[in-house]
Amino acid sequence: MSRIDEKFSFLGGRGETALIPFVTAGDPDLGATLRILGALQRSGADLIELGVPFSDPMADGPTIQRASERALRSGTTLPQILEMVRQFRRDSDIPLILFGYYNPFFRYGLKRFAREVEAAGIDGILCVDLPPEESGELKRWTDAHGLDTIFLLAPTSDAQRIRLVTEQGQGFVYYVSVTGVTGARKRFEDHLRAQVDRVRRVTRLPVGVGFGVSTPEQAAWIASFADAVVVGSALVQVIEKAPGWRKKAEGAGAFVARLKRAMKRVSKKAGGERLE
Amino acid sequence: MPALIELEKAYVEARRDPSFRREFHRHLREYAGRQTPLYFAESLTARLRGARIYLKREDLCHTGAHKINNTIGQALLALKMGKRRVIAETGAGQHGVATATVAAKFGMECEIFMGKEDVERQSLNVFRMKLLGAKVRVVESGSQTLKDAMNEALRDWVTYVRHTYYLIGSVAGPHPYPMIVRDFQSVIGQEARRQILAREGRLPDYLIACVGGGSNSMGLFYPFLGDRKVKMVGVEAGGLGLKSGRHAASILAGKVGVLHGSKSYLLQDRLGQIRHTHSIAAGLDYPGVGPELSYLRDQGRIRFASATDREAVEALKRLAEVEGIISALESAHALAEAMRLAPRLAKNRLIIVNLSGRGDKDMNVVAEYLKASDEWQIVNSE
Repeated sequence: MSRIDEKFSFLGGRGETALIPFVTAGDPDLGATLRILGALQRSGADLIELGVPFSDPMADGPTIQRASERALRSGTTLPQILEMVRQFRRDSDIPLILFGYYNPFFRYGLKRFAREVEAAGIDGILCVDLPPEESGELKRWTDAHGLDTIFLLAPTSDAQRIRLVTEQGQGFVYYVSVTGVTGARKRFEDHLRAQVDRVRRVTRLPVGVGFGVSTPEQAAWIASFADAVVVGSALVQVIEKAPGWRKKAEGAGAFVARLKRAMKRVSKKAGGERLE
Repeated sequence: MPALIELEKAYVEARRDPSFRREFHRHLREYAGRQTPLYFAESLTARLRGARIYLKREDLCHTGAHKINNTIGQALLALKMGKRRVIAETGAGQHGVATATVAAKFGMECEIFMGKEDVERQSLNVFRMKLLGAKVRVVESGSQTLKDAMNEALRDWVTYVRHTYYLIGSVAGPHPYPMIVRDFQSVIGQEARRQILAREGRLPDYLIACVGGGSNSMGLFYPFLGDRKVKMVGVEAGGLGLKSGRHAASILAGKVGVLHGSKSYLLQDRLGQIRHTHSIAAGLDYPGVGPELSYLRDQGRIRFASATDREAVEALKRLAEVEGIISALESAHALAEAMRLAPRLAKNRLIIVNLSGRGDKDMNVVAEYLKASDEWQIVNSE
């Protein structure tokens, strides 16, 4: 059982929904990220998604594109990110998911990538531009190193695709709430709940919802039917606006605490029937 | 992924459908003005004192480049799939113009993504697109060129995927695009093959085409792939020289990577970040190259060369002076290689160069380039 599985099983037992904040590693530099990670954990994050900056983040909206650019400008590299994670791991056992684009992972050498990522203390990989059909090479190594590979489902995914992703995926299924790229949104389609239920009916994996979740109210609503809520761009905006490491960490922590409080107020109603 | 699977299904059906093929060829003939001539460049050949040079005149296609072949095909596919909105990325603006053109013709809503740098250096094409009723979205992220336009088009596509068709202009991007674009562009090579056989009674010794993403080269090369004696040369943008690091020669100077859904040679740094590219020809200013071209290079089937900005401008000038044809800067890269190669070959050798586009769009850029170089003084005093 991976650290991610354990966390979901623990939260599931308490009827709680996981809060997964996303930050771009190295935005604006890795010193800031290390402090932000600490603040996120102290403020109620259940898992953390750590973005690896990429020059061409085509699945991301303007907010995370800018974060990626800031991180690259400060010279952030994958080995440095892993070094920062090692430091963070010394006093934290929160599950960490490395989110990124395939090319930097591929260039690193997948075998070496999986080995070093595991050694640093990462628990799962989400490679946003690598569909399960093409993930054989990566999974060969991530499986060997006990890393969970997380895949995405979108509103356009049909039953066949839902089956493929839930069969191939580990840790949890990441359900993309809207068609489009990452970025804060004002409202969601009402049938999001039904869509999530549709996925839950065919898998034992927890289902997380992300892309566009930006307010405590939205997080609370999604928490009423999903197993996890991922909040990225809205948090990255908070970090972007605050000056200096300390303020960034404080702001990020306060924002995540607000989200978590709102989510806790909602008791999870039985969603669709679960496959047990 | 679901959108790509839907597209592949629709395309495989269309390809088998004789009425789809008939309609495609009818529009190529009546609207795009095909077939295009295979022109024997007699004066150029005489001056170079070597192989006989033929030019495949894609510059004479409607809208001024080969891009229209593919946009007609994909527009028909979009209509068949019931999509009423098309989007496209563009570098030089030729693909944008060709997309805006078919969108106007077939009554579709159209939005073109173009990097800010390209908007500035290809202002004429921006105006043409607007005149054709397309919305031009200026992309200010990243290097503000073709790859960033493609990122932005992909972002738009995943957002409005239900009613939007993404009309990719090169043999790049995720499957099935490289296959679709290659197939629609293959008309170039099919015609050239028939034409050279009719004219010379034999196959050419060399095919030469410029390579950015690679659509005009794949279009010319593909129907000849089985002809083992026909040699093929892809010419990449050497920019300020391969050693300068400021170029767009993905195959010659890149490493294997994955971008925009395909695995191919990519210009990137040690850690897999995509590098900024440079070429005087906006249409070649892309850090990747079609996956099939990468494969054919690895197989040794296609040789790759490069031409610098300067060599391309010189080739453009020379062709204009001796043949009265103003080539696009992109195609001028292929001409530069032909001018290097021809004098080294026997006079009975045959070269076909794909003159993929005309140069009207480049006149500002060429004028500025010549003004800034000593060359201009020589030209004036001649």
